[in-house]
Amino acid sequence: MLPPSRTTLALLAVLLVLVLFPLFGSSFYVGLMTRIIIIAIFAMSLDLLIGYTGLVSFGHSAFYGIGGYALAIAFQDAAVIHLWQALPLSLAAAAVAALVIGWISVRTSGIYFIMITLAFAQMFFYYFFESPSYGGDDGIFLFFKPVLMLGDSDILQLDHENNFYYLSLGCLVLGFLFLKMILQAPFGKVIRAIKANEHRVRALGYATDRYKLVSFVIAGVIAGLAGFLEGAHSGYVNPAYLSWHESGIAIAIVILGGMGTLYGPILGAFIIIMLQNFLPELTEHWQLLFGSIVIAVALFLPHGVVSLPHKLGALFRLKRKHPEDLAKEAADG
Amino acid sequence: MNMELSFYLVQLLNAVQYGFLLFLVASGLTLLFGIMGVINLAHGSFYMLGAYLAYWLSGVTGSLWLGILLGLPIAMAVGYLVERIAISFLYQRDHLYQVLLTFALILIFNELQQILWGTDVHGVAIPEILAGSIQLTENQTYPVYRLFISAACIAIACGMYWVIQKTRLGMMIRAGASNREMVQALGIDVNRLFAIVFSLGVALAGFAGMLAAPVDSVYPGMGENVLIISFVVVVIGGTGSIKGAFVGAMLIGLASTFGKVLVPEMASIIVYALMAVILLRRPQGLFGKAS
Repeated sequence: MLPPSRTTLALLAVLLVLVLFPLFGSSFYVGLMTRIIIIAIFAMSLDLLIGYTGLVSFGHSAFYGIGGYALAIAFQDAAVIHLWQALPLSLAAAAVAALVIGWISVRTSGIYFIMITLAFAQMFFYYFFESPSYGGDDGIFLFFKPVLMLGDSDILQLDHENNFYYLSLGCLVLGFLFLKMILQAPFGKVIRAIKANEHRVRALGYATDRYKLVSFVIAGVIAGLAGFLEGAHSGYVNPAYLSWHESGIAIAIVILGGMGTLYGPILGAFIIIMLQNFLPELTEHWQLLFGSIVIAVALFLPHGVVSLPHKLGALFRLKRKHPEDLAKEAADG
Repeated sequence: MNMELSFYLVQLLNAVQYGFLLFLVASGLTLLFGIMGVINLAHGSFYMLGAYLAYWLSGVTGSLWLGILLGLPIAMAVGYLVERIAISFLYQRDHLYQVLLTFALILIFNELQQILWGTDVHGVAIPEILAGSIQLTENQTYPVYRLFISAACIAIACGMYWVIQKTRLGMMIRAGASNREMVQALGIDVNRLFAIVFSLGVALAGFAGMLAAPVDSVYPGMGENVLIISFVVVVIGGTGSIKGAFVGAMLIGLASTFGKVLVPEMASIIVYALMAVILLRRPQGLFGKAS
């Protein structure tokens, strides 16, 4: 077996910190970290599309919102929300929506793909925004957390902030490992090849549209999971889940963190949510700062914050000799 | 005139007027994409800029006409500055970065708008000379100002047609939309061309905002709805095609106005569904070139 890479070690160290965090953090910060983890799951699913498949979806909030609304609509009057009913329902709703939207959208490319995904998200946004039975603008409130009954007792007890935190962290880790697995499988190689050159992959005999559709549905389901968690965690679901701002922020998170890596969006989610939480304390006009930071990073660090060590390393290593030159010197000497 | 008929006539006039306003915004957007290959999400901000300039300058000068007259050069200057400072960095970039960077620009423009003009909703008075209504039937009237909007847009559209079909600048624009590299290879200063086209696009969107200010109110974030609908127009019509933008704008104007009357609960969804259906049949839009 190969020794674990430096990245794996770093990720394990981060995971250890995340597991220990609730022991030291106050409940406010545990709640904030839960939100970061949920948004990280959402951003990671978008990264499968923009970072690996080359599909720039500008409507990913649709599945996030549908995951949340499926939970809220089915259980708004229920006295008990059973996790084993609610979670599969949310994932199935997101899957069906992603299948239909994806089936139409993957035939288009470039700006048309960007706009058609945006258009579908807007359709759902307006549908929920204007429907009085689903609370319209105000959305739907959920007064209970989902429970998982084993015998007579709830084994999750999500009312405790720490338990919800661990549930979300578990989902993040599972989502990460699942995506890692499919990316290492032949499927992952094909979608990466589609991103690099779709014409060639098609010429090789692959039905590229089908691969793109499968990727789109997987991303949709994971986004639905994030929406489910956010709905259950915050206790309300409103049209803002589906707004195009949410899709835009998700793109910002993926690029700022580093697209094409699964841990990049996690780091991105951490940075963006922290900025959104703490910049408003600095100034009333914090969006000005926020927008400028996004622009600066996108221009100067196009591969995201995860490329920073590499960039700095390259800066320090400039003086070192290129391996080929060394080999030449060795041969001459 | 028959009651029913006049009601539909009013709706038709509204649809056409809305379509014309959309056309002004969408034509700039489609040229920007066709010629420079830029997706500019911040285009809606220029519509908002126009509306706020109309509110501010007509307040200062006491006349909407003076407001528009002073506002247009300001809008063009802002457009030129934005092109030089921000957009010109985006020409060689991937769509993804264009979406992200212009999304961030929206956040910045929204905040600047709040710093300059606050978060209140404002109204702009209709100029006295156009304040009246035309009597269609005994109890059905139509405001003159709305007719004026359509007339002004027709004038602008004709002017655009003339510039694009008959002038040297128009020749460069048409050439740029069909083959950017070739235009560059022929020794045309594309940087200057891009700056001119962008400023003109901003002026068109700003003008649309100025015209719309008296009928809609002026409020923060007003550009965003217009932006997304304008993108729907561009995509339906096919990117880079002014003709497509016109047909798309009219289709959306009709669909959204009559949708509100006939199926009010589905009104906002109809335009997006229309777009999905059209793209399903023609993935490159009605007048777009197949890739």
